[in-house]
Amino acid sequence: MVAKRIIPCLDVKDGQVVKGINFLGLKEVGDAVEMGVKYSREGADELVYLDISATHEGRHTFAELVERIAAGINIPFTVGGGISTMDDAARLLDAGADKISVNSAAIKDPTLIDRIAGKYGSQFIVCAIDAKCIDGTWFASTHGGRNMTDKELYSWAKEAQDRGAGEILFTSMDHDGTKNGYACDAYAKLSEILTIPVIASGGAGSIAHIEEVLTVGKADAALAASIFHYGEIAIPDLKKSLSEAGVPMRLK
Amino acid sequence: MIAIVDYNTGNLRSVKNALERLGCEYVLTDDPKVLLAAEKVIMPGVGNAADAMANLEAKGLVDVIKSIRRPVLGICVGMQIMCRDSEEGNAKCLGIFDSHVRRFPEDPEAKVPHMGWNSISNLDGKLFKGMAGGCHVYFVHSYYPELCPDTIATCRHGKKMFSAALKYENFYGTQFHPEKSGDVGEQILRNFIAL
Repeated sequence: MVAKRIIPCLDVKDGQVVKGINFLGLKEVGDAVEMGVKYSREGADELVYLDISATHEGRHTFAELVERIAAGINIPFTVGGGISTMDDAARLLDAGADKISVNSAAIKDPTLIDRIAGKYGSQFIVCAIDAKCIDGTWFASTHGGRNMTDKELYSWAKEAQDRGAGEILFTSMDHDGTKNGYACDAYAKLSEILTIPVIASGGAGSIAHIEEVLTVGKADAALAASIFHYGEIAIPDLKKSLSEAGVPMRLK
Repeated sequence: MIAIVDYNTGNLRSVKNALERLGCEYVLTDDPKVLLAAEKVIMPGVGNAADAMANLEAKGLVDVIKSIRRPVLGICVGMQIMCRDSEEGNAKCLGIFDSHVRRFPEDPEAKVPHMGWNSISNLDGKLFKGMAGGCHVYFVHSYYPELCPDTIATCRHGKKMFSAALKYENFYGTQFHPEKSGDVGEQILRNFIAL
């Protein structure tokens, strides 16, 4: 049986890991490669690095960073943030990324997913969706949550799967940064309508939250940032506890 | 010196990085002389089995690979093309391992591609020296090699049990990615290098 995955997410700005609260208020927390190595040693199953640099120089720094990450860690990692062209995908593949995640650019031009999946395979492309629930309906947003779109979460996720996305990484912007738990109902529904893995993101505050989203929420993987970065939950303790609760885990 | 077979099968960086972390010297080559003289040969592979076979044929390496007598390790599609044939693109393969490569069937309990960490069992031989069954390794694939007499490790995905690793004489293959499988994967690579 495939183990459920625990994925620390590292938001990177100019080579440094930062963590925002509700997509705002950035705070530096450490070196991106060092933190990745530390997490992989502690038993993280995968890592996600998101480039939140807004400048050309920042993007260039990120591609170099991806090479150092690939050289330093021995588990799979996904990179995302601002990927909008086939050239971006090729550059990150060459740098050693195992997967890339697309978000805003895929909403603007969904054929980006077809093209990347067609050239590099579905295993290489994750469709990230940042969504907010408005009057009971989840709508996707772009640009780190700044712009709302009329794309409905479930139909967009299904479309992304049909176009060749290998995984869906759904972040609930209503839950992100709150530490009050994940949007479990939405993940359960996504898991039911999709055949590809679903990664849950946004709201982790305790081990119980993660257990809930991997069981009740039926997610294949739980992503979190601050609880790991600030040492609130240690990955070995988390995985041991989940395993004892019957969640299939890879234990070191 | 370890030779990595260069046959245009996409990203080789993760294998190179893994060998560098282990402090191994390697060369990326499609030169038959270098491949035949290397102490160990690694044949990675991503993408489509039929394309990988076509690339190997275009480079004139089919008979070269088969005639290597030192340890050879095929990884993922590199292993699949060492089997008899593959349903992916109806590829006729090298026929080193007595196994057929099939697509995973539809199974509501087992998503395809089979992606992530899964446990391997029935570990047999030096490739798994010092390791216990039940350890987890990293898989990414939609096609699998059937169980066969050459199977040296098994894995279950949904209802399907398949070969996670194969061995025939000096030829080894893993369906999983040791270069991405954390400390367990590093141990498997070390074991291969020590053969």
